[in-house]
Amino acid sequence: MRTLLYLTLVLSAGCAAAGARQATPGNPPAPAPAAASQAAAESMSVDRAQYPSTYRRHANPPVLIRNATIMTATGQEIRNGSILLRDGRIVAVGEKVEAPADVAVVDGTGKYVTPGLIDDHSHLGVYAAPGTEAESDGNEATNPVTAEVWAEHSFWPQDPQIPLAIAGGITTIQALPGSANLIGGRSAILKLVPARTVQEMKFPGARYGLKMACGENPKRVYGRRGGPATRMGNMAGYRSAFTQAETYRRRWDTWRKDHKGDPPERNLRLETLAEVLRGNMYVQNHCYRADEMAQMIDLAHEFGFKIRSFHHAVESYKIADLLAKEGTSVSVWADWWGFKEEAMDGIQQNAALNQQAGGRPLIHSDSPSGIQRLNQEAAKAMYAGQRAGIPITRDQALRWVTVNPAWTLGLDSIVGTLEPGKMADVVVWSGDPFSIYSKAVQVYNDGWLVYDRADAAHQPRTDFELGRAPAPGNDR
Amino acid sequence: MIAVLLAQTIAITGGTVYPVSGPKISNATVLIRDGKIAAVGTGVAVPSDATRIDAAGKWVTPGLIDGGGQLGLVEIGAVAATREASLQGDTIAAAFNVTEGINPASAVIAVTRIEGITTVLATPTGNLVSGQAALIDLDGATIEQMVVKSPAGMVLDDSESGKDYAGGSRAGLADRLRRVFRDALEYERRKADFSRAQMQPLSAPARDLEALLPVLHAQEPLIAYANRRSDIATALRLAREFKLKLVLAGAQEGWEVARDIAAAGVPVLVEPLDNIPSYDALGIRYENAALLARAGVKVALMETDTHNARNLRQQAGNAVSYGMSWDQALRAVTLAPAEMLGVADRYGSLESGKVANVVVWSGDPFEFTTGVEHVFIRGKEMPLTSRQTELFERYKKLPPTY
Repeated sequence: MRTLLYLTLVLSAGCAAAGARQATPGNPPAPAPAAASQAAAESMSVDRAQYPSTYRRHANPPVLIRNATIMTATGQEIRNGSILLRDGRIVAVGEKVEAPADVAVVDGTGKYVTPGLIDDHSHLGVYAAPGTEAESDGNEATNPVTAEVWAEHSFWPQDPQIPLAIAGGITTIQALPGSANLIGGRSAILKLVPARTVQEMKFPGARYGLKMACGENPKRVYGRRGGPATRMGNMAGYRSAFTQAETYRRRWDTWRKDHKGDPPERNLRLETLAEVLRGNMYVQNHCYRADEMAQMIDLAHEFGFKIRSFHHAVESYKIADLLAKEGTSVSVWADWWGFKEEAMDGIQQNAALNQQAGGRPLIHSDSPSGIQRLNQEAAKAMYAGQRAGIPITRDQALRWVTVNPAWTLGLDSIVGTLEPGKMADVVVWSGDPFSIYSKAVQVYNDGWLVYDRADAAHQPRTDFELGRAPAPGNDR
Repeated sequence: MIAVLLAQTIAITGGTVYPVSGPKISNATVLIRDGKIAAVGTGVAVPSDATRIDAAGKWVTPGLIDGGGQLGLVEIGAVAATREASLQGDTIAAAFNVTEGINPASAVIAVTRIEGITTVLATPTGNLVSGQAALIDLDGATIEQMVVKSPAGMVLDDSESGKDYAGGSRAGLADRLRRVFRDALEYERRKADFSRAQMQPLSAPARDLEALLPVLHAQEPLIAYANRRSDIATALRLAREFKLKLVLAGAQEGWEVARDIAAAGVPVLVEPLDNIPSYDALGIRYENAALLARAGVKVALMETDTHNARNLRQQAGNAVSYGMSWDQALRAVTLAPAEMLGVADRYGSLESGKVANVVVWSGDPFEFTTGVEHVFIRGKEMPLTSRQTELFERYKKLPPTY
């Protein structure tokens, strides 16, 4: 029965028009590829724009931050340095930067400047505050494989957790579906700015991620609902889905070549999976245990795709050599552990051990609370490594929350470091960002001063908060 | 038996000592003898048989006290078989004391104490009256060896989740509590009638009412979890009506009524890293601890996420970052919780005669750069090892040796 159903679906379906495009910051995404004929294009949903980004950079006068310690995430920490932002780009970074006449000068004395922080594992907007059933939009736990759902279709831009994360120096997030399902759906890569619609936040040109989950969660959710009930059932579930997707991809790719006959019927679930097989979409894989990560690597080899990052990955240190060789990044917490059996072996040196092995660790939050202090979490993980004799540098630890997550999202050529030409996602910290006593004092997103701790006019509030939560500084 | 283990003298010399009960003392000695602090200061004579710990350049503080969480009562969050903190089927679980549920062999204990947390309040959860909490030291082969004070307080859920056990209304919750409190007092007066079944039905089992009597006689604190401003007001009102020794816990909107809390002389257990709004606390904010302290409220801190209890010092550091003074924050994780839980005569500061729970830090305990160098619990030095350090040792070079 199930086979027949899948066969029907496979005989139909369509190529994902919203596949990977060259990421072009500041520009809207390119239109969908043209179909065979104008008539076909008009008749086929697959060839129209798929939920395009309407993000536009907010205007901001040019800004020169000077006399600060500039941590570039490219190996440099420039004392008494300056950085010039103009039209959404970093124009210059260095010890001496000329101040153009029209520039707003920020005195950075005693302050530190870093790239905007990036959290590659967030559920902001999909598990929004105040956290009732009404905002519980992160797990389409109706089927173990829901590759057809997109996190952006759940994302609520008025989530009051968003301004809190902005105040923590976050400029880009990946908002993911939850981990109830083997294949949970597409992620949304977002500029973290106040907006009316998620489209206004979508990072232009960013590739989608596909959320997949190993281990306990899918077993727990589906064990008494038709399965999977075991880890081997999990594996069979991924394999079955990608097997269907292989056929689907072939049919569409063949049809695309000559447009002979009717196009295959469109199937949203397989369309997403086919994009993974084409290498156009990144697999973001929730996976705790080392042995399971090794299984997932084999799965990826079987179907010819790459897993971009293992998320949570509390046991990644056990196979850090394997993960480094595979080129899969590891998205980890500094020290969360113990909340379930697959999280029992989490250690504080996890990120550091992956770094030592030549891997690409990064610190993620998976939490509306943790996202507000990714700098602190990186600091904990760095010092835990150093105390254990692993010589993690400050630059490496900074990369854990900037350019490494940028790489995981495929955006490292655009954001994640302080270099001329990069998007002006910049945080000014009250002091060393690795000190517990430091806070983000200014956050620039694409050159726009989206947050200023000293100026209530630059402290965005969501609709949700109005008339409910006291405004900052208003002590009742 | 304990005395044998502790019969030794230790001198921690040359460090900057933060006694909490008084100003910091540079280049001071903390002398530990037989599990107690024998002397603190600059002119302390070190006996020749003392084991010397050179703390030059180090910071010496009392062991940190976490005012919340379920340490010893949960091993793995998601595994119900390892959870002991909640009693099913008794919404007024006043007679439920968590102590015998504590597992001295829990791997979480060593993970936590090697980060400088030496004492925690093992707290029951769930129900309207959750039960009796126990204050424990994080060392000991038996429960008896670990217990500092049991019961240390009666835990009440006066927050949004508590009303689920009281008919689904906050007003119902307050009403239920009043009935229970009055019944407890009446039961106390008419125990004979009760035994002869010559008394109206009681609103909770007799043993639960009995267990509430020390609370109703202000001999034991009532630790009320309340977050919404109105719930905090309800707790203050009940405490006034029944003359309770109230401790507020959570108190996420406490800053909004800080003056009322201060005026009532009620101390508060705060989790400073909480700021995610819910309908239980739309006014939640990082500055809560600082604003309460500024209003004159006695503030202690807690990390309620048991496995992250070791991050208590990060909580304290963030409280400082958001306005608390450093001295207040240190007090909030040492002497203040000891005072709230009625053990300040033995715990919470480095003073002669007190229990020797002492931590030597490489620097400011709240800073990430700082590591723990020595932990003493009841004068006994703890090995700085845990299941996690063993995992690290096993895998620091790959492939591992099994």
